[in-house]
Amino acid sequence: MTKRIRNRLLITLGVTVLAVWRVAAFPGFIPSLTHVKENIRLGLDLRGGTHLVLQVVTDDAIRAETDQAIETLRQLLSRDNIIARQLIRSQNNEFKAVGVDPAKDADFRRILNERFTEWDLVSTQGDVPNTYTMRLKPAQEQAFREQSVDQAMNTIRNRIDQLGVGEVVIQKHGGPGENEILVQLPGMDDPARVKGVMQSTALLELKLVDSGPFPSQAAAAQNYGGVIPAHLEVLPSAERDLPNSSESSYVVNRVAAISGRDLKGAYPSRDQNGRPAVSFNLSADGAQRFGRVTEENIGKMLAIVLDGRIQSAPRIDGRITDSGIITGGTAGFAPQAAQDLALVLRSGALPASIRYLQEQVVGPSLGADSVRAGFMAAAVALVSVVVFMLFYYRFSGVNATVAMILNLLILLGAMAYFGATLTLPGIAGVILTIGVGIDSNVLIFERIREELRAGKAAVSAVTTSFSRVFVTLVDTHLAALISATFLFLFGTGPVKGFAVTLVIGLISNMFTSVFVSRTLFELVLARKERAEAISI
Amino acid sequence: MIELFRDVRINWLGKRRLFLAISGALMLLGLISLVVKGGFRYGVDFKGGTIVYVRFQQKPPLDQIRSLLPDSQIQEFGASGSNDVMIEFQGAKEEADASAGREAITGALNQGFQGKFEILNAESVGPKVGADLRRQAVLATLYALAGILVYIAFRFEWIYGAAAVFAVFHDTLVTLGLFSVFNREINLTVIAALLTLVGYSVNDTIVVFDRVRENLKVRRRDDFETILNDSINQTLSRTILTSGLTFLTVLALFIFGGEIINHFAFAMVIGIIIGTYSSIAIAAPLVLVYTNLRGKRVALPAAAPARPAVTKAQRPVKVK
Repeated sequence: MTKRIRNRLLITLGVTVLAVWRVAAFPGFIPSLTHVKENIRLGLDLRGGTHLVLQVVTDDAIRAETDQAIETLRQLLSRDNIIARQLIRSQNNEFKAVGVDPAKDADFRRILNERFTEWDLVSTQGDVPNTYTMRLKPAQEQAFREQSVDQAMNTIRNRIDQLGVGEVVIQKHGGPGENEILVQLPGMDDPARVKGVMQSTALLELKLVDSGPFPSQAAAAQNYGGVIPAHLEVLPSAERDLPNSSESSYVVNRVAAISGRDLKGAYPSRDQNGRPAVSFNLSADGAQRFGRVTEENIGKMLAIVLDGRIQSAPRIDGRITDSGIITGGTAGFAPQAAQDLALVLRSGALPASIRYLQEQVVGPSLGADSVRAGFMAAAVALVSVVVFMLFYYRFSGVNATVAMILNLLILLGAMAYFGATLTLPGIAGVILTIGVGIDSNVLIFERIREELRAGKAAVSAVTTSFSRVFVTLVDTHLAALISATFLFLFGTGPVKGFAVTLVIGLISNMFTSVFVSRTLFELVLARKERAEAISI
Repeated sequence: MIELFRDVRINWLGKRRLFLAISGALMLLGLISLVVKGGFRYGVDFKGGTIVYVRFQQKPPLDQIRSLLPDSQIQEFGASGSNDVMIEFQGAKEEADASAGREAITGALNQGFQGKFEILNAESVGPKVGADLRRQAVLATLYALAGILVYIAFRFEWIYGAAAVFAVFHDTLVTLGLFSVFNREINLTVIAALLTLVGYSVNDTIVVFDRVRENLKVRRRDDFETILNDSINQTLSRTILTSGLTFLTVLALFIFGGEIINHFAFAMVIGIIIGTYSSIAIAAPLVLVYTNLRGKRVALPAAAPARPAVTKAQRPVKVK
């Protein structure tokens, strides 16, 4: 055995051992089936679970931002005694200050310049003279949208983490501007509860009650001469607060005194009648504001609003600083509901609502079926190819078989190393890798036969064939890699899994069919005394 | 030594009119089928909607399921004797929440068969996502083709790249047409199969072109058509063997791979046949036709130092 062959054998052996170790024994040194199962991660389609693509409706966040700006402007105007007939949101990203007092024009503009740097003044005309239209700067709007997606992702992650579903994948999805989030929940084939928890906006607001309760919205409006003033709104109550009406509503301040952002914590508790409820406490800043609001409004009612519905409207008896309770009304919350509500409040509010674009639920038995079918197909493919190669190429068929099995081992080892996921199309990719590997071998073997027919001695036939076919293999593999790369870039979920196996398979095949196979040929030829015959 | 093909001398390029007729007929067949059926049958991932695979404990009473879900398409699937049913629900086009369809189906089934069935797989896709995915799939295919065109043009000559890509394009069209003929569904995994075929078919074409490049260098006196024919014939046994073996592997996938990847496997089975055929019947004739038009043979740059290839004189050799 020459030094060259020995080195090449050592490299081959080393790669083999490394691949087997990474698949079967990592992180220890003793191979076991348990390790194999841990190292080769199965995709959702094989192990069962839920795959969700959801979209953050970022328009909500922009609208909230605009409302916030209007509120800030309202406060600044009242501080500086500037009168404007109306402040309204005209579009998601745009608001109007209608009929600003012309005498205070300069002051108004100064406020805009100093405090509204994120906004563009797009017009000073309108149906009413001296109407200012402000629009959120496009870059700023984009930033807010991205922020809301990030924030939604964090919130969703917090919530799901607390439910204790293992190995969850939560990541951004789709192109820029699509605002999509991918959520994968392995082993979860009834996503109802998770989705409930995830989707719940759980927007908690504490709003001062201006008047109420009323038996209907119309009755509420009547109290204000038919039109509710702009700074107020009518909200329905979740409870029957009037003895002889099935529904009731309150007129409350549009702007919340305290919102979910000011929450420090929330936990399930009991109300004074011992029914499940949720208690919350406030951050230092929130507590300070809450203290001031309650102090100034003793005797008034405070509505505890959750997702636009008033849960309860207790009367303020005195200054409250840092805590409160959300009751479930006369019936109380179901214990599970109280727990979930506390959980979503704790994890922070979603900045915007979310929409489900895509959902896939794979039951555990289909996963098991698919694994079985996939392995069956792979085994049949492998065996039939091996039988044919041994029959057609005899001893060289052994060579091809060794190269092919090593190729599969390297493929699995690399997948374990990169933490790639094996999906059902991935198994198809593995089977295809068997096909591609065989192609390379056939290409080489047929060439060797040709060279032998042309009268070359075995050693020279092998050398010529390998160096000649190498060029072809580089071309074919690179072309295949190009299309596999696009598959990887454009594909999602299972298709991406397919692309990953294909790419790794192509690369490892270059190694096994050129390097390993050639080494085996040279080893066999070196052992013969008269290297002129070869079994092919 | 067992040999299937030895010293083959088929005049492939002389039959190019026949090939043209075959390819034309296949494409026409697909086109007619498409027109008659009013377009492709897309999977839920492309058209939006909900598809639910359900396994019942006992033989499912299809009529009863139909009465519970009047708006859905219901059919059995899987091996005969299995109790699996596929329920497809198109859903409203404006559906904002993709999971509404699944919830409606499980709700209805719970009314009639509470506890007697199991959801195997449920997939819901909103209409917007479907359209996006379709656009992405077309883009992925076009980019892949462009990438391959550039690569082959760089390694060979631009006409070789164009011919290879045209052949692959032909494969994609024929395969899609046959999908329509056999009423098969086109979904995301089928696109994956098509892209794989793109790679595979190009692979086949490159093997032939590579041999052409090699032969052109050593046989300067032969005319181009002879060289093309010889190159195809010299690589023929490899082509048939490889295609046959790859065909064997995807056939295993088609038969044993299960319902979910059946359309994928079907695309592979068809595509391998078409892909092999097109390297010989489309790509090589295209190069010849172009060269004849130009009136000279397209010289190819040397890619690697190559030894003289086997040509005509072939002595029998002692093989063990």
